[in-house]
Amino acid sequence: MIDFVHLFEAIDGSTKTSVKVAAMLAYLQTAADSDKLFAMAVLMGNKPKRPIRTADLRIWASEESRVPLWLIEESYYVVGDLAETISLILPPKARSVTTDISLRDLFDAIVALRNMAPEEQRKLVTGYWSKLEGTALFLFNKLLTGNLRVGVSRKLVVKAVAQYLGRTEPEVEHRLMGKWSPFDEDMDSLFQDDLQEGKHFLPYPFYLAYALDKDPGELGDMKDWIIEPKLDGIRGQVIVRKGELFVWSRGEDLMTDKFVEFEPLRSVLPDGTVIDGEVIPWKEGKPMDFSVMQTRIGRKNISKNVLAAAPLVMVCYDLLEWEGRDIREWPLHKRRSQLQEILAIFPVGNILKLSSAMSFDSWDLAENYRQDARKHYAEGLMIKHRDSPYEVGRKRGNWWKWKTDPMTIDGVLVYAQSGHGRRANLFTDYTFAVWDQGELVPFTKAYSGLTDKELFTIDNWIKRHTIAKFGPVRSVTPELVFELAFEGINASSRHKSGVALRFPRIVRWRQDKPASEANSKEDLLNLIASKHESIR
Amino acid sequence: MIFELFIGIGYFVFVKENSKGLGMIWIRVANHAVHIKNDSILVHGAKIIKTILLSELFAVKANIYDESELPMNLLSVNECGLYCKQGDFYIDPWKPVKTALITHGHSDHMRAGMSSYICHHHTLPILKLRLGPDNLVQGVSYGEEFEINGVKISFHPAGHIIGSAQIRMVYEGEVWLFTGDYKLSVDGVSQPYELVKCDHFITESTFGLPVYNFPTNQSIYESINAWWQENAKEGVNTVLLGYALGKAQNILAHADKSIGDVFLHGAVDNVNQALTEVGYTFAGTRITADTRRDAIRGALIVAPPSAMDTPWLRTLKPYRIAMCSGWMQLRGARRRRGVDRGFVLSDHCDWAQLNQAVRDTEAKQVYVTHGYEHNFSKWVQDEYHIGASIFKTLYNDAEEENV
Repeated sequence: MIDFVHLFEAIDGSTKTSVKVAAMLAYLQTAADSDKLFAMAVLMGNKPKRPIRTADLRIWASEESRVPLWLIEESYYVVGDLAETISLILPPKARSVTTDISLRDLFDAIVALRNMAPEEQRKLVTGYWSKLEGTALFLFNKLLTGNLRVGVSRKLVVKAVAQYLGRTEPEVEHRLMGKWSPFDEDMDSLFQDDLQEGKHFLPYPFYLAYALDKDPGELGDMKDWIIEPKLDGIRGQVIVRKGELFVWSRGEDLMTDKFVEFEPLRSVLPDGTVIDGEVIPWKEGKPMDFSVMQTRIGRKNISKNVLAAAPLVMVCYDLLEWEGRDIREWPLHKRRSQLQEILAIFPVGNILKLSSAMSFDSWDLAENYRQDARKHYAEGLMIKHRDSPYEVGRKRGNWWKWKTDPMTIDGVLVYAQSGHGRRANLFTDYTFAVWDQGELVPFTKAYSGLTDKELFTIDNWIKRHTIAKFGPVRSVTPELVFELAFEGINASSRHKSGVALRFPRIVRWRQDKPASEANSKEDLLNLIASKHESIR
Repeated sequence: MIFELFIGIGYFVFVKENSKGLGMIWIRVANHAVHIKNDSILVHGAKIIKTILLSELFAVKANIYDESELPMNLLSVNECGLYCKQGDFYIDPWKPVKTALITHGHSDHMRAGMSSYICHHHTLPILKLRLGPDNLVQGVSYGEEFEINGVKISFHPAGHIIGSAQIRMVYEGEVWLFTGDYKLSVDGVSQPYELVKCDHFITESTFGLPVYNFPTNQSIYESINAWWQENAKEGVNTVLLGYALGKAQNILAHADKSIGDVFLHGAVDNVNQALTEVGYTFAGTRITADTRRDAIRGALIVAPPSAMDTPWLRTLKPYRIAMCSGWMQLRGARRRRGVDRGFVLSDHCDWAQLNQAVRDTEAKQVYVTHGYEHNFSKWVQDEYHIGASIFKTLYNDAEEENV
């Protein structure tokens, strides 16, 4: 694995994409064939599940290093990463270790761990600890904790693999779809097998829209664009091939077993049909809130009650394959009319719905709709060029998403915790509160949205304004006010404040506002109430 | 869970939670830790001066005592700094006082405004450079003994930077030692650390966590030179960031001058020039407006961390840049710095060195200052079964400071 260690170091040590791609290419050209797929899996974030309990890992590290558990915990707060903490705490090797383990063997060991008794696990893990050091030890521990991430995007990996194989990037991207397992594949099966035959379960790479960052007027004639409401569900692909049905999520998880509603499509739709759309709970002729979807996804057993409470449909907006033919090159309007025809002809019932194409007389009217999108059960508009092909990945130009403005509220910083990774040992994870009858009630956490410079300033402020420490968490004097944005809000019995926010983030630091002028719990409840008004 | 409440210098309250919820309450007044049971508290018979609500979360009240009613140690911390009442002097004070003993020339230890300074001879030129020529200053040698109001005082090498000292104080047969900043490893420039046995040991804890185990200095010098060589071969300049006083000289002394030329940021050259006064010479040419770009091609350039993201740095392109600091041990810190490389070169003790110092001094009481003082003092108590507590100081625990 020494070549993979060098690859990791090269990627980790540079911010230049050209250097990263060159390093991956060099690795692919020299690494053992049996290792390559494992490296690719790791690079793409397709890592094995955590095979052991981190509590055990802490105990073993404590015993091996003679560092007490509490001190490991304190160190972890500072380092911000358990795998790195353990790597640094383990006693240094007496002499340089030279044993080289193949990546494949390492993965075998990680997977084998899952079915071992704790004593066996311990023996295997500490055995590796005594054989590895430096970056190799760190990588091994990252695999044990199940969160090894390498600083490359999927796009870059695809680029390097395409260069290595002498194939096009869209083709490689397609081959690398789905959560393929490096244990079940080899280079040939992954890149040579016939897609329709051997890989009939594989989805097409999703085409993703860019956020509209200009005046829509600049897009030109409205007639050239197909405009649809942007729904807030889960992007998915329904595939019927060889008499089988597959439902994939945009996160490339196979959801067929969880989305049981789609099962009848297997016999309804002809083989060689692939539809792209939004999977969303739908009741009484209306889409339901995303929070309903979330609870539905979380269920292990889908009981009758759950099915009745959150019945899923797919709102279809694109057709990627028809009669076994890849039609992604067709212009959108042609794909769409074919899709319309299919939904009309085949008895898809209420399971598949056609996404409505909206017509507005002007961009101004579209803008009005966008602003009120929540009242229309949407989170904005999708604007797609009628002649656009179905491209691969996120591309500018033909597809735009035009989201409604997020809801915002001013909260007071009350707790801070240090972050992880690049933000380790820096107070960057904040809890915010709003006023409720003269008291501050915490209602959300938020992590992102501030510049590095602001983070350093606030970190320093937190250190000087700490009231109390609770392990890694500090409570601070309630003085700083931040404007927070979020995409959704719901009543929640699980949260002390009674509300749960969706995708909260920091918009800006309101240095102009004292804590007393922050928003109140009532303001939050009003936001929920105004949303429900529209639903009634 | 332990939570601790800081309510002013010398006062700490902390609560330890047991399985039933709130269990033990401790109060720490200055360096005394006192266990409270069932709300009844006795701190050496001292009088309660204030009762505060500890935390609404715990709904616990705690009592605060006046420090002056507690038994007196030779050294304590007050609002001006580390104070010796018997001798009426301060060590590395942070507010203007009459007499200041100075361990070394870093700006968090040597501040302006003291009526008189006492420091090692080699710190004199630094003091003059940084605080001006008009101070009342007395230089002492390592091992030279002097007395202030019955307290016997001597300075001993701390191995931190040139002129750095541990300060030993003896009164009524008890030996107190304040380390200032120190390291046991030898950097080839500053006078190596000298072990001083003592009863009361006051130590810094900048890197007082077991994750800080530094590689040997020798291996770091080697990797720095190898990296410089690699860059020079590609015609790229090598910029090393390190504190102008200490780290810079440490780097310069071990740079392999056969690889190429050495250039300096003005702040580094200023320190080097000052140190010539006490007999030190270091390689390197100051970069000025007249320095020709082609002259520095492939060279090694030493600059303080504050040079990062300045127009000055941009004139050195093309370059690769590295940070030299103990903090580079952690990946997060390395990435946050936004440098190409991080070299774990430190002028402080790592975890192993701190522990060795505690053991070798054979102290019966340890006081921990700036750094991970909570963790290190608890570790010392548990591991060595000797008393350990915290001195809350205002010394910088960031290792390198801004120039």
